[in-house]
Amino acid sequence: METRYFGASVKRNEDQRLLTGQALFIDDIELPGMLHAAVLRSAVAHGRIVTVDVSAALKREGVVAAYTAQDLGDFWQPGPLLVPPPPIEGSVFNLRTHACLAKDKVRYAGEPLAIVIAADRYIAEDALADIVVDIEILPALVDLEAALAKGAALVHEDLGSNIAAHIHQGKGDYARAASRADHIIKRRFLYEHGISSPIETRGIVVQWDARGGQLTMWDTTQAPVFVRNGLAAVFGLSERQVRVIAPFVGGGFGPKIMMFYPEELLLPWAAMQLNRPIKWIEDRLEHFVATTHERGQVHDSKIALTKDGKILGVKDVFLHDSGAYDPYGLTVPINSQCTLLGPYVIPDYDSTFTCVFTNLPIVTPYRGAGRQHGVFVIERLLDIAAHELGIDPAEIRRRNLIPPDAFPYDNEIIYQDFAPLSYDSGDYEPVLDKALSAIGYAGFKDEQAAARAKGKHLGIAVAAYVEGTGIGPYEGARVQVQANGRVSVATGIGTQGQGHYTVFAQIVADQVGCDVRDVDVVTGDTDRFHWGAGTFASRGAVVAGNAVNEASKVVRQKILTLAAEHFECAEGDLELGQGQVSIVGVRGQAIRLSELAQKANPMRGAVKPGAEPGLESTQYFGPPSGATASGVHAMIVEVDPETFTLAIRKYVIVHDCGTVINPLILAGQIIGGAAQGIGNAFYEKLMYDDAGQLLNASLADYLLPTSLDVPRFVLDHTVTPSPLNPLGIKGAGEAGAIPAGPLFAQAIEDALGFKAKGIELLEIPLSPARLWELTQQAG
Amino acid sequence: MTTERHAISVTVNGVRHDKTVEARMLLSDFIRHELLLSGTHVGCEHGVCGACTIWFDGFPARSCLMFAVQADGHDIATVEGLADNDKLSPLQQAMHEAHGLQCGYCTPGILMTMSHFLASNPAPDEQAVREALSGNLCRCTGYQHIVDAVLLAAERMRG
Ligand code: FES
Ligand code: FES
Repeated sequence: METRYFGASVKRNEDQRLLTGQALFIDDIELPGMLHAAVLRSAVAHGRIVTVDVSAALKREGVVAAYTAQDLGDFWQPGPLLVPPPPIEGSVFNLRTHACLAKDKVRYAGEPLAIVIAADRYIAEDALADIVVDIEILPALVDLEAALAKGAALVHEDLGSNIAAHIHQGKGDYARAASRADHIIKRRFLYEHGISSPIETRGIVVQWDARGGQLTMWDTTQAPVFVRNGLAAVFGLSERQVRVIAPFVGGGFGPKIMMFYPEELLLPWAAMQLNRPIKWIEDRLEHFVATTHERGQVHDSKIALTKDGKILGVKDVFLHDSGAYDPYGLTVPINSQCTLLGPYVIPDYDSTFTCVFTNLPIVTPYRGAGRQHGVFVIERLLDIAAHELGIDPAEIRRRNLIPPDAFPYDNEIIYQDFAPLSYDSGDYEPVLDKALSAIGYAGFKDEQAAARAKGKHLGIAVAAYVEGTGIGPYEGARVQVQANGRVSVATGIGTQGQGHYTVFAQIVADQVGCDVRDVDVVTGDTDRFHWGAGTFASRGAVVAGNAVNEASKVVRQKILTLAAEHFECAEGDLELGQGQVSIVGVRGQAIRLSELAQKANPMRGAVKPGAEPGLESTQYFGPPSGATASGVHAMIVEVDPETFTLAIRKYVIVHDCGTVINPLILAGQIIGGAAQGIGNAFYEKLMYDDAGQLLNASLADYLLPTSLDVPRFVLDHTVTPSPLNPLGIKGAGEAGAIPAGPLFAQAIEDALGFKAKGIELLEIPLSPARLWELTQQAG
Repeated sequence: MTTERHAISVTVNGVRHDKTVEARMLLSDFIRHELLLSGTHVGCEHGVCGACTIWFDGFPARSCLMFAVQADGHDIATVEGLADNDKLSPLQQAMHEAHGLQCGYCTPGILMTMSHFLASNPAPDEQAVREALSGNLCRCTGYQHIVDAVLLAAERMRG
């Protein structure tokens, strides 16, 4: 195969529409007779509902309907479990899912109480103010340990405690490691991840065609097929009666895969009651409380080492904040538990976590999906060990890396995809070496001293991670050469800016020999492709990409067979390229793909038994388990010792995500992830008070990093192909976001000489204010 | 609540529109839902993200912080007016080539902010570009490729 596009920095097919304002986003959909919804949300984090009275709202001119939980009748029920817990022996998992409107109790500030449907959004919002709400306030559970204390109020009374889950996993025997160790370090770590905050909030437009019995929902979801299947089940429709379309979606990063959000059920239900199309667009202030978060964990961790810095074992006990309900199962804490192991040999590992119900919004994965929390723990433990054992931080990491001949490397615990956590392939030391050389690690001590002499405080850091990516179950793709010669590709995943329209086109164009711009990719429309799981866990390119490849290969074969018949020659004499099939070495003997497509769909005459029309194929791909990507980030910062403002002087990322389809798009994914990591480490913090009120619910107060906070990144990569898929690719969507936390902690400690002052940075997010507090406490 | 409507006349991308609107209608909603020019995006409606940036009498402004009635008699330009039919503007073309957009939601606002910047700063350095860009939030790209695109466009526009 002549490879022209795979591996090249092909410019994106989707850009033209996005650059000219022609791409269709959710709020761009206008339907005749469309009504508009607004949702009344609880201002109280925990309380018993006495009254929600919508009668005054209903009297307002322009209001068509207003519904409370009472009005939903039998439709009111707790939602489904989206991701079941992995089959780990001895697990406790208490499932409590939310309903679309709170009925007896509210469990977080922001929980929906009522929905108003009106002629326009302005009127709908006016009417929210007409609704009379009386809630008897209960004590709010915000702190994880307080929620587990005896006598604490209960988020779900019937449960008898606030324990959402309790899981133990391990390998080897930590007691053995501890007894053999020269040195044991014990620390408590706090890690909080914030909100994904895509620039487009969530939104839904729904249309019920009563005559045709057809429900159509446009949704900013990352998993349209799941939503379609779920809606069919809830409304007692067959799957073919429901169409879910994820149009252009303005960023997702995880939370847009949650289902069902209350609005995803309320809107279709109301549209069926009223027989009118309805639109709901989340506003930014709502987004802070109505879209899922990731938030925090508290880890009590120990590491046992030899005196030369070899890890013997790690013991980690942590609490995980589930929020008020746990429809997403255990994905986030399982990722933390698994990813803590990193690229290191850790012979004995003992990890236990308890998920805790709190009166805060629901926690679901956000880019990194709990991996950050685990990576922070192991990377900080290694930094502290390096300091206490007198070993260089980069060197202690090197001494513990899994050697290249140890793959596949079995970690003997279960991952989020229910498969054993096994690293498929990797070669970690070259990644570390490249990062150290790019950051100038060897010469940094001199650089630091020279800067210090000028009154500048520089610090350096290096952190490593692995990322389990590209998990199953499967994705599919249909590839078809059309009569006009253009090739269409349809898959079931959603896309939120990852460049799927281009990377899938690259795969197809190489196989069928056409221009990459002649490939039209459709994602996220269940009428165009109705099987699949969705875009999450850095799996789109890996799983759907391989399905596209399989389907393209079959189409290629169909093209060759038909062209060989046409020319009455052997298939081996044929060559595909430039949108046509030609005979090798014979000038002028060529047939266009368009013509072949027409031949493959004859209007008259008999076809051979078993023949399928068209140059088309639908294929599926499901990997046996996830592919493990890896990387090292290194950073130099300058910190002002008085104001604690920080400037990143250099940031190096070296990563290995197997075979690369499109280096430019990959760079975009990595850099974008790293920018979110920087936000998480130093800028973004959800500030809750004791009553469970979010104090900084605006973009003016919750700080997303700007172009002045994010540096220019230096990127490099190595390639260790995955043996788990024919293309050898590993996922890359989340990698960039993962190691920034430990990197900031390490670099700031180094810049300000915290080690000597006995100050340790054991928490994320940090900020100038927090650094000031910590130095004050240290005296 | 008065719902009195006001007649306004606004020129958008060179086309004059006469409409009646409620006094409280945001200019962003007017552009998007009355004129159906949905290329102007709304990310926060509190003036921080910059996605809704348009040109108001030739200067970048946040359409979510203005009312439609304030635009009466004024001249507005939106992202739909940047390309010359199918021919992208130099900045649009550079954004394409440098991969300056991912989900593309922030892109219209960034194009409006930075096109204006380039018109008055033909030879900016990276720091100047980053400062000009810092009022527009992008959650996808980490900004680097946008900065590359602006610098590339500047170079080409200088000829
Ligand atoms: S929508 Fe206007 S600044 Fe965000
Ligand atoms: S490209 Fe998605 S917000 Fe900028």
